[in-house]
Amino acid sequence: MEQTYNISLFTENSIGILNRITIIFTRRHLNIESITASECEISGVYRYTIVVNTSLEQVIKVVNQIEKQVDVLKAFYHADAEVVYQELALYKLPTNLDKGEEIERILRQHNARILSLSTEFTTIEKTGRPEDINALFADLKAFGVLEFAKSGRVAISKPMKTLEDYLKEI
Amino acid sequence: MSNLPISGAEAVIRSLLAENVTTIFGYPGGAIMPIYDALYDFKEDVNHILVRHEQGAIHAAQGFARACGKTGVVFATSGPGATNLITGLADALIDSTPVVCITGQVASHLLGTDAFQETDVIGISMPVTKWNIQVTKAADIPAALARAFYIASTGRPGPVLVDITKDAQFGKLDFYYEKCSSVRSYVPHPKTDFALLEKAVELINQAERPYLLIGQGILLAEAENELLAFVEKSGIPVASTLLGLGAFPADHPKYVGYLGMHGNYAPNILTNECDVLIAIGMRFDDRVTGDVSRYAKQATIIHIDIDKAELNKIVKTDLAIHADAKEALHFMSNLILQKSHENWLQAFRKLEQEEVHEVILDAVNPKGHELKMSEVVHLISETTKGDAIIVTDVGQHQMITSRYFKYQLPNSNITSGGLGTMGFALPAAIGAKLGMPQKEVIAIIGDGGFQMTIQELGTILQAEIAVKIVILNNNFLGMVRQWQQLFFDKRYSFTDIKNPNFLKIAEGYSIKGHKVTQRDELKDGVNTLLASKESYLLEVMVEQEENVFPMLPTGASVSEIILSERHGANV
Repeated sequence: MEQTYNISLFTENSIGILNRITIIFTRRHLNIESITASECEISGVYRYTIVVNTSLEQVIKVVNQIEKQVDVLKAFYHADAEVVYQELALYKLPTNLDKGEEIERILRQHNARILSLSTEFTTIEKTGRPEDINALFADLKAFGVLEFAKSGRVAISKPMKTLEDYLKEI
Repeated sequence: MSNLPISGAEAVIRSLLAENVTTIFGYPGGAIMPIYDALYDFKEDVNHILVRHEQGAIHAAQGFARACGKTGVVFATSGPGATNLITGLADALIDSTPVVCITGQVASHLLGTDAFQETDVIGISMPVTKWNIQVTKAADIPAALARAFYIASTGRPGPVLVDITKDAQFGKLDFYYEKCSSVRSYVPHPKTDFALLEKAVELINQAERPYLLIGQGILLAEAENELLAFVEKSGIPVASTLLGLGAFPADHPKYVGYLGMHGNYAPNILTNECDVLIAIGMRFDDRVTGDVSRYAKQATIIHIDIDKAELNKIVKTDLAIHADAKEALHFMSNLILQKSHENWLQAFRKLEQEEVHEVILDAVNPKGHELKMSEVVHLISETTKGDAIIVTDVGQHQMITSRYFKYQLPNSNITSGGLGTMGFALPAAIGAKLGMPQKEVIAIIGDGGFQMTIQELGTILQAEIAVKIVILNNNFLGMVRQWQQLFFDKRYSFTDIKNPNFLKIAEGYSIKGHKVTQRDELKDGVNTLLASKESYLLEVMVEQEENVFPMLPTGASVSEIILSERHGANV
């Protein structure tokens, strides 16, 4: 049965490692729903969050293949229930003073905030789950969204073991 | 090692010497010229073999590594030089062969500009290397090479590519070489969970029909003696994969044969009758398993492999043990009960007799007029008594050789297994001979595959390499023709092949040889081949439409293997 899996992996900061990882998905005809990467709590170690829809059997094999890569320190997979996850979205609207009250109400309701304001346009930020981000988009649509950008998912696992524990084991 | 201000190019050579490299297979070109220039001063220290095509270089390096266990080394230039390595890299990756390829690259300021002979070799080689790296600074060369050799040769071995820009080759560095002994993110040798091995022994000790499948992992772990001790104590029948041939002596009473699509009858059929299946250093290739959903379903499966990603990849196991084969076998031998499993072994022998009468007798001693590939291989096997390194290409002759050559010694079988690369054998045999010069090296090749890397006869000529070449010529691309006959209604679409005069071509390269067309000439032919002190080509004209049987058709279960043509091939 297919479901959403969050693959968290930790790599050395080497050129090409992202390519090596994505090849593993491409080769199995597996679509990556989202991918984010940045330095993690250990200096020089990069953390990737990759979201895929696939079967448990397949995700286990993929994680094994990822971990087999020389520059990968560790890889894990988690179902949605086992992680705390979040996405970030930015919305650019034309600044419209006439509608100020209405927009304020929407922003309060969605727990979003204004990042920047100029006479021409306003940038709004919202963090949340995809459905929250899409709900805000739907409400803002009437005001003419000029641009909309959304990050991939970042996720933190609920189990307490840290990467450093795993590194010590190695 | 001392500090010397030297060029990056010289650092490459000095690093190789520090890794005890004695042989390099390569082909020069623009972007690797500084390295070749540095090599000129080290002609006495290292034997560089000039090949005729970079694919030949990497296959030779693979043959070298497979024969002697050392890491094969390749030099190639940028662009086409590097792209010509790709087939060999893929072959070495899937067959776990340690190879380090060093490619020249355009100067770093030209990277990404579509400069002359620039190609993204790092990107192209990524899916077919265990690891690769581009070096753009001279100072980084020793550490990159140290890491390359360490990664290529440890754990599950594989090919590594180091791409060095021309400016890095020209640049200066204070040379200091330290062998690599660990990489933080890479764990080549697993911490063995001995409790799991104890569990395995418990299962095996209780088993009535235990069955051991071995693969190349035994050879790579140098676990042949541990395997022998384990088998002799436990009495368990042993079957081998294609790449495992030679890991266990074929004449041993517990050896029951060769697994897979064209393997022996008994070891395939009885896979579905054993109660405990122990697989060590093998990866359940689809050519071994047939239909996985009907593979050893009745058995408790124990899988031991050094590559964690292989565990539960194809076959769902009951006990997956991430361990080195040598360590695992040694540990289990101490705990295993002494048994003989005579009755169970008799089940193999009974089926073996069926195969002998139905297939093997006629294959090694045919009644028909035409020569068969199998009798040629059988004769070579008998004449050499298995004391030779046999290098095969891909196709019918390969399956026939795997069936009829009695491999007795470790590393005596070199073939392209996982990738099935036609053109592998000739260059691989060159490498094998250089790796084990005291050994007789015989390349058995089909007429099709021979022409895929035929240019390497030039390498034999120049380096005077005494490889023996046997062409089993049926003027067909035989394996594809067999499938066309059996599964495509005899529509022989582009499998008949018009061949050149191979002897004249060999003569052009100063290689002696002769052609055998009659059975009564065969023995002399083989004797002359083996007696020759230099390279020799024996062309044997064989039956055009000989088929390899038994055969496991695609989608069939191992227990449905078809014994002979008489039993049909429609499943």
